[in-house]
Formats: sequence, C-alpha cells, structure tokens
Amino acid sequence: MIEFHSVSKQYPDGTLAVREVSLQVPPRQTTVLVGSSGSGKTTLLRMVNRMVDPSAGRVTIDGDDVAGTDAVKLRRGIGYVMQNSGLLPHRTVAANIATVPLLRGWKRHDARERALELMDTVGLDRSLADRYPGQLSGGQQQRVGVARGLAVDPNILLMDEPFGAVDPLVRRELQEELLRLQRELGKTVLFVTHDIDEAFLLGDRVVILREGGEIVQIGTPAEILASPADGFVADFVGADRGRRALHVQEVDGRSLVVDADGRPAGVLAR
Amino acid sequence: MNLIADGFAWLTDPANWTGAGSIPERLVEHLLVSLLILLIAGLIALPVGFTIGHTGRGKGLAVAVTGGMRAIPTLGLLTLAALWLGIGLAAPILALVVLAIPPLLAGAYSGLESVDRRVLDAAKGVGMTGLQRFTGVELPLSAPIVIGGIRSAALQIIATATLAAYTSDFGLGRFLFRGLKTNDYAEAFGAAVLVIALALLVDGLFALAQRFSVPVGVRVARSGEPTRSAADRATGRTTTNV
Ligand SMILES: Nc1ncnc2c1ncn2[C@@H]1O[C@H](COP(=O)(O)OP(=O)(O)O)[C@@H](O)[C@H]1O
Ligand SMILES: [Mg+2]
Repeated sequence: MIEFHSVSKQYPDGTLAVREVSLQVPPRQTTVLVGSSGSGKTTLLRMVNRMVDPSAGRVTIDGDDVAGTDAVKLRRGIGYVMQNSGLLPHRTVAANIATVPLLRGWKRHDARERALELMDTVGLDRSLADRYPGQLSGGQQQRVGVARGLAVDPNILLMDEPFGAVDPLVRRELQEELLRLQRELGKTVLFVTHDIDEAFLLGDRVVILREGGEIVQIGTPAEILASPADGFVADFVGADRGRRALHVQEVDGRSLVVDADGRPAGVLAR
Repeated sequence: MNLIADGFAWLTDPANWTGAGSIPERLVEHLLVSLLILLIAGLIALPVGFTIGHTGRGKGLAVAVTGGMRAIPTLGLLTLAALWLGIGLAAPILALVVLAIPPLLAGAYSGLESVDRRVLDAAKGVGMTGLQRFTGVELPLSAPIVIGGIRSAALQIIATATLAAYTSDFGLGRFLFRGLKTNDYAEAFGAAVLVIALALLVDGLFALAQRFSVPVGVRVARSGEPTRSAADRATGRTTTNV
C-alpha cells in the first residue's frame, strides 16, 4: 500500500503545488487522481518514485518511507508510464521495453524474450520489435510505454495521463486494454488524468483534487456520481451533463454507467 | 596565371616531396600537431561542456567565457605567448588551444541541451543513473552537434596552425612564410593550396562522421517513412499504424 502522510511540495520558484495531502492507495486496485490541470496530480504521483521529494510529510510504501530508499533502485522497481511515451528514440521497441531489465543486468537474450512477451501482453505485434519509436503511431508508442512499465513485473504502476495525447478512438481502445490488463495482473495502479470519464471508467477508487492537491472527494465512481461531496464535485462530474448525463444502472449484478440516451458508457469494476 | 602555374609546378616538383622539410613531412607535422592541439583543447572543453549540459548549471558563465575567448585575436595571443614561452611549439599550441576551446565547449553543452527534456526525465524515471543517462541517452542523441563542435575546432586549428610557423619551424606555414620572405610566391601559393586541401579533407571527414553519428532511430523518424521490418518483409505483410 502507498500512503501519503500530509505531504506538501513547494517548488523552488515558490509555487505551492501540493498542500498537506494525506491519502492511502490500496494495493491491487486502480486509484485515479483526477483534477484540472495544475491541481498537483503529477507532483503527487512523482513523489512515489522520488522524482519529486516532498518539502514536508512522508510517502511510504508498505510502511517504509521512500525517502530512506535508494532512488535509482526504487525507480527500477516501479513501473512509470507518462503522457509523451518518454521512449528513447535511438533504441528499438524491444530495447526500450527491456530498458530496466538491462539496467538490472539481465542477459540480452532474456531481456529480449521478456520484451517480446510483453509486446504480446500489451497487444503489440512482435514484428514491431525492431522498429524505432519514431516509426510508430502515438497509440503504439503508448503501448510500448506500458510494456516498459511492466517489464520487471512491478507491484506498483504509476501512470501519468498515459492516454492524453492520442486520439479519442485509440484512447478508448487503450483504456479497454488497460482494464483487461489490470484484471489479469492486479497491480497497484496510481493513475492520473484530468478526464473525469476516464477516471470513472478506469478507477476502482477515484480521488478528486482541487488546486494545491486538496482532496475534495474520495470514493468509488458510483459513490461519487450518486452523492457528489459539494458543488465543485457536482460541477466537475457533471461538466458533460448537457452532452451525456451519466448515471449508474445495475444490470445482471454489474454496475453499468449509462448515458442520457441509455447507451452504456462503461462498466464499473466493482 | 603564371603564379598559379608556378604554384602547381612547385607542388608537383618531385624534389619537394622527398627529404627533410619536404611536403609530406610538413603535412604530417601539421596534421599531428593539429591533432595534439585538438586533444588538449578537447580534454579541457568537453568535460566542462558536458557537465554544463548535463546539469544545466553554469551556462551563463560558459557563454561569457567562450564569447570572451572568441574575441581574443589569435595572432596577438601567439605573439604574446611567444614572447613569454619563447620560440618553439609551446606558444602556438597555447594560442591554438585557446582558439579551439569555444567551439568545442559550445558544441558539448548545446548538444546536450538539445536533447528532449521529456526523454531525459523518462530515462531518470525508469531508474537510469546520471552516468547512464549521459552515456546511454545524452551522448548518442547529441553526437551530431558535439561532433559539429569538434569539426569547427579542427578546421580553425588546421587553418590557423599555419601561423605557428611565424614563431617556430613547423608545419605547412613554413613554406608560406619562407615563400613570402624570399619572394617565392610559387612556394607560398603551393603551401596555401596544401593548407586549403588539408582543411577541406578533414572537414569532409568530420562531415561524414557527423552524418553517421545520427542514431538510426532518429534518422528513420525524421525521414517519416516507416521502413518495413525484416519480419514484415518475410511474411510480405505491412503493418498498419493504429
Ligand atoms: N518543476 C516545477 N517548478 C515549478 N512549479 C511547478 C513545477 N512542476 C509543477 N509546478 C507547478 O505546480 C502546480 C502543480 O503542477 P502539477 O503537479 O504538474 O499539476 P497537474 O499534474 O495536476 O497538472 C502547477 O501550478 C505547476 O505549474
Ligand atoms: Mg500533470
């Protein structure tokens, strides 16, 4: 379990990005941080792998303060997927996926085998293994990014708007793929997005943030939809109401999110 | 016209191609000392430039220092150094090292600076150490620019090393100064042609190195043409991008 113990972050230029946030991220579930741009989501996420060190407070993983760990080792043990895939343009797809195994000293052959397996896992044709990132579409690059994040079979997967830069159709596909993956793998996923629909689709638990990382509401998508904590949340989740008012409907014991036209928009995981 | 003909006559005179102080000897001398100067300047400038580019700190200072160094007239510095260090190679080496440092430094830090911050951030995020990011990401991606710096330094050294003969018995400049002194313009002209040819040759070699240092992945991305992988060719299948 990842725990934030009243963490704050003030950047050198004085920006107070996160103010005294406490949050628990339960294991083997997807927790989504959602909020508008600048609300401190990325800052919070990056505290987990020490890409950002809190100015105050602690982040613990299974009770251990991350500040006491070796940052490089910590990062090699945590999957990290970002918006612009962050792939190394001069390395092939397989080499990119195998980055961390190779850093950890795996044999080339084993690392490549692992990379090929992961390409299957994330739905990439193996024939792309020797291509370079610049030869792939945005959606394919994101799949490579996810595969790289999974390369050492980490318990924790950090995903920072991983599907934010691809077109809506492909995004939809990638979201479905992630849901499938998560059903199979059961990682502790901390997922950041500014898209409330994405948050409701992917999150077992959704954390709605306001400026300064202030937590406005935590709950399952159904709980938040059913009873928004305040006007801010109601506004936020209802931002699209005019287009497609979402509501939850029980079908065969599953929670279905249905839009105003009665078309299912997704299934709630629990 | 006569000068040109005489110059080429000098260049092709077999007598000038053998023995002590012959063209090949001076050519090799010129090249080796240029290389030595490039090495010294590189050992000073590249580590500093890489450190600045890697850490992002000290760039203002570097810009100021290189700007200042660029403003130093090389001939003046050479004369001063010769007065201080005496006749010999030390003075021209010092002057030319000063000349070569700015382009080397600029190539090194601007090369590293040109690497996409997001790529570097990701490399750090997956657990690469500072050194691993330098050797595995920054160097390969900045190589063309860094080599460009070395290229312009080499070119300046080779051209300006001609001046070294002003204070020492060295290099192709020897023919030039002797020719000028003895009014043997054919020799001076022939020497000038040799310097130019050498500079062009070295420049060409560096241009090639620069071209080949562009990582394959960057080159194919730039060309925008997805090359079909071996597997695709084998199965006669093209992969459509999602
Ligand atoms: N490195 C930084 N230096 C200064 N300010 C920053 C830095 N990173 C983020 N910020 C600021 O901190 C706030 C929160 O940023 P961020 O965590 O990136 O938010 P989000 O991911 O929700 O968009 C913003 O106001 C942003 O401008
Ligand atoms: Mg962000």
